[in-house]
Amino acid sequence: MSAKIRRLVFGIPLMLFIALAIMFVFAIGADTSLLPSQRLGKPFPPFSLTLLQDEQRFITEKDVAGEPALLNVWATWCPTCLYEHSTLNTLATEGVIIYGLNYKDERVDAQGYLARNGNPYRFNIFDENGDLGLDLGVYGAPETYVLDADGYIQYRHVGELTLTVWRDILEPKMSALKAVPIPLNSAEAI
Amino acid sequence: MIPEIGQLCLVIALMLALVLATVPLWGTVTHQYRLMAMSRSLAFGQFSFLFIALICLAYSFVQNDFTVSYVVAHSNSNLPVWYRISAVWGGHEGSLLLWITILGGWTAAVAKFSRALPIDMVARVLSVMGMISIGLILFTVLTSNPFVRFEHFPDFPINGRDLNPLLQDIGLIIHPPILYMGYVGFSVAFAFAIAGLLSGQLDSAWARWSRPWTVIAWAFLTVGIALGSWWAYYELGWGGWWFWDPVENASLLPWLAGTALIHSLAVTEKRSVFKAWTVLLAITAFSLSLLGTFLVRSGVLTSVHSFASDPSRGLFILALLLVVVGGSFLLFAVRATALKGEGHYELVSREVFLMINNLLFVVATFIVLLGTLFPLISEVLGLGKVSIGAPYFNIVFVPVALVTMMFLGVGNLVRWKRHDPKLLFKPLWKWIGLSVLLGVLAPLLVESDYEVGVAIAMSLVAWVVLTSLSDVYKKMSSSKQGLWHGYQRLSRSYRGMVLAHIGLAVTAAGITATSMYSVEKDVRLSEGEAVVVSGYSFYFKGIDEVAGPNYRASRGHILVTKNGDLVANLWPEKRAYDVQASMMTEAAISGNVFRDLYVALGEPIGDNSWAIRVYVKPMMRWVWGGAFLMALGGVLAISDKRYRFKKMPLQGAH
Repeated sequence: MSAKIRRLVFGIPLMLFIALAIMFVFAIGADTSLLPSQRLGKPFPPFSLTLLQDEQRFITEKDVAGEPALLNVWATWCPTCLYEHSTLNTLATEGVIIYGLNYKDERVDAQGYLARNGNPYRFNIFDENGDLGLDLGVYGAPETYVLDADGYIQYRHVGELTLTVWRDILEPKMSALKAVPIPLNSAEAI
Repeated sequence: MIPEIGQLCLVIALMLALVLATVPLWGTVTHQYRLMAMSRSLAFGQFSFLFIALICLAYSFVQNDFTVSYVVAHSNSNLPVWYRISAVWGGHEGSLLLWITILGGWTAAVAKFSRALPIDMVARVLSVMGMISIGLILFTVLTSNPFVRFEHFPDFPINGRDLNPLLQDIGLIIHPPILYMGYVGFSVAFAFAIAGLLSGQLDSAWARWSRPWTVIAWAFLTVGIALGSWWAYYELGWGGWWFWDPVENASLLPWLAGTALIHSLAVTEKRSVFKAWTVLLAITAFSLSLLGTFLVRSGVLTSVHSFASDPSRGLFILALLLVVVGGSFLLFAVRATALKGEGHYELVSREVFLMINNLLFVVATFIVLLGTLFPLISEVLGLGKVSIGAPYFNIVFVPVALVTMMFLGVGNLVRWKRHDPKLLFKPLWKWIGLSVLLGVLAPLLVESDYEVGVAIAMSLVAWVVLTSLSDVYKKMSSSKQGLWHGYQRLSRSYRGMVLAHIGLAVTAAGITATSMYSVEKDVRLSEGEAVVVSGYSFYFKGIDEVAGPNYRASRGHILVTKNGDLVANLWPEKRAYDVQASMMTEAAISGNVFRDLYVALGEPIGDNSWAIRVYVKPMMRWVWGGAFLMALGGVLAISDKRYRFKKMPLQGAH
């Protein structure tokens, strides 16, 4: 190898590292708890999938509307989901409506998981291939969405849902949604 | 008062690190012996103060000092005292204090056990470690001080918020310290590499100094990862033992690079080649340790183990990463071009097979790194949000692991420098034949459908074991005074290597058997009912309520019998922790060499009925047992005569 090429080769690790570092700078700057703007404040994406507990029954986006609620994306292969499960159980006993989106999972595994760890969900959408997850822009389980009474997505939290997150961020948003009897987006129609 | 002493100790340690990072290095430039010799005392001093700081924090936990925010967040007066001590590293701040204390410990160890090294080398190595220490102590003091008093001090809570129940476990008492010993231990190999680049001395002697430190750190990391996997297995309550979780990957990455490094160091020591490559791997292994620290604590990836994320902390570690890793790679780019290998070798030689080993381990490292960072990469590049899970890792990682085992077998038998291909491959055929035969027969031992994957994997397991043992036999029989004498003549480093390779085969066999033949059942059992899984009958005797120090539990009693004989009494629990209001499943496990019987309690269904998960997992213990053999092999190898730190004449004095 000529000296020049040699120097170039020995610089490769440095260049790779710089590329990686630039990526991290963007990753830290980006607030992963925010949804890309095109989804926030938009209606829940249309879908038709079966219930986790009943493979005969199909549900659609109309079933998640009606009251302000949380939609929790989870899977049995996701350790963090188990970690936050007790929080979900607590919220459910306090009367918070939580829909589940069982994401890229096996039906039997997921049913067993709920039998073992408790079921905080009003119902679970079984999204075996992750199609709905893709439409929602799911980044990875767990994620929790705040939906208003019309099924519009109002907030997205990525990662573990702790009681602190609930108290500081999600609960104020939910109460705000409940306080406004006529949602903003349907105000124009009146 | 005690927390303030701890904080003061941290600051003193920081001052000592500042001096350590500069003065001895200045001594090497100006050739002043006194300045270089200061490095040792500075290293001891730094470690002492860090250790006192750690003790201060532990003391605050033991005394239930709820004026300290960190104690409030991670402890409770009802928590048993041993968990109060392990709660020291149950959160971000305290585990960081443990991190830097261990770094100080490694620095002091290098100072203590490097009497035989030239003083300028010692000074450079310790100075480099001092630089790392500055960065991490600053990080602790500025962003993550564990000694901060409660926010409304002098008002403070009468009790703490308790340690996360997942962490209230014997596995979590020992797992983090051992894992950090491994993680942080690679800083020694890193410091040797940087010192070598600075001085230009990168020869066999350099590799011989650096090698035992690298191997012992690697052994710690191996055990640390195994302990983490064992903890996840019984504590997360669902019988999985590896989830390809970002934090697990963060510990696997330096292990893979470190494994490549110990092999590359072997070549550099024996043959004085692959120098630049070895240096690069040493830098990479420690960089990946730092990267792991960054990933766990910055919140850029979510995981079960991740600490509370805080962008300012993320930025600080990122800056640290930039300086340490960027600086080292820059130094590498400038200085390593001058390095030249001295030995020569041919295409069929041990050097080449170790090079293949290195390439495979580097590929494996890239696979895991890419999989771990992929969600980040795709998001930054605007390719949309993609989540990647265990399926990717299993599909890509397993073939690389199998190919590595294939080359390991040949590498066992091939000589340094050159090996006549004809002489090599002829005796190989019988071992190939025997391995394939054993592998093909293996799936027939199990009453289930024939699995080709098992046959392939078990052939390679047999291949690694047979080639290792045949080489041992060949070396033993070369002695004219009989096999026993031949065995005694084998060096400890050689025996260690063989043991570690067999450990790898044991782990591979365990992974294969347990992933292919585990049987799991979710059943509903009433008191007095039984379920049969894989020939074992699980009889549900009933449930009673028990109270622990800080929880209440429903405890099931399950009798396991096989062919009418009692095999085990299992007591799975479902615990409700008072303070954190969370439920925990404590699985009950009866394990031996052949199988694990695993029972976890689900929810009560109706009167006297419970959802119960039952597993029979064959050869589960082999997965971790093999890891312990690997670590043991590493320890055996560095106890070899040529790595003794003390000079020989001392022995004659007795």
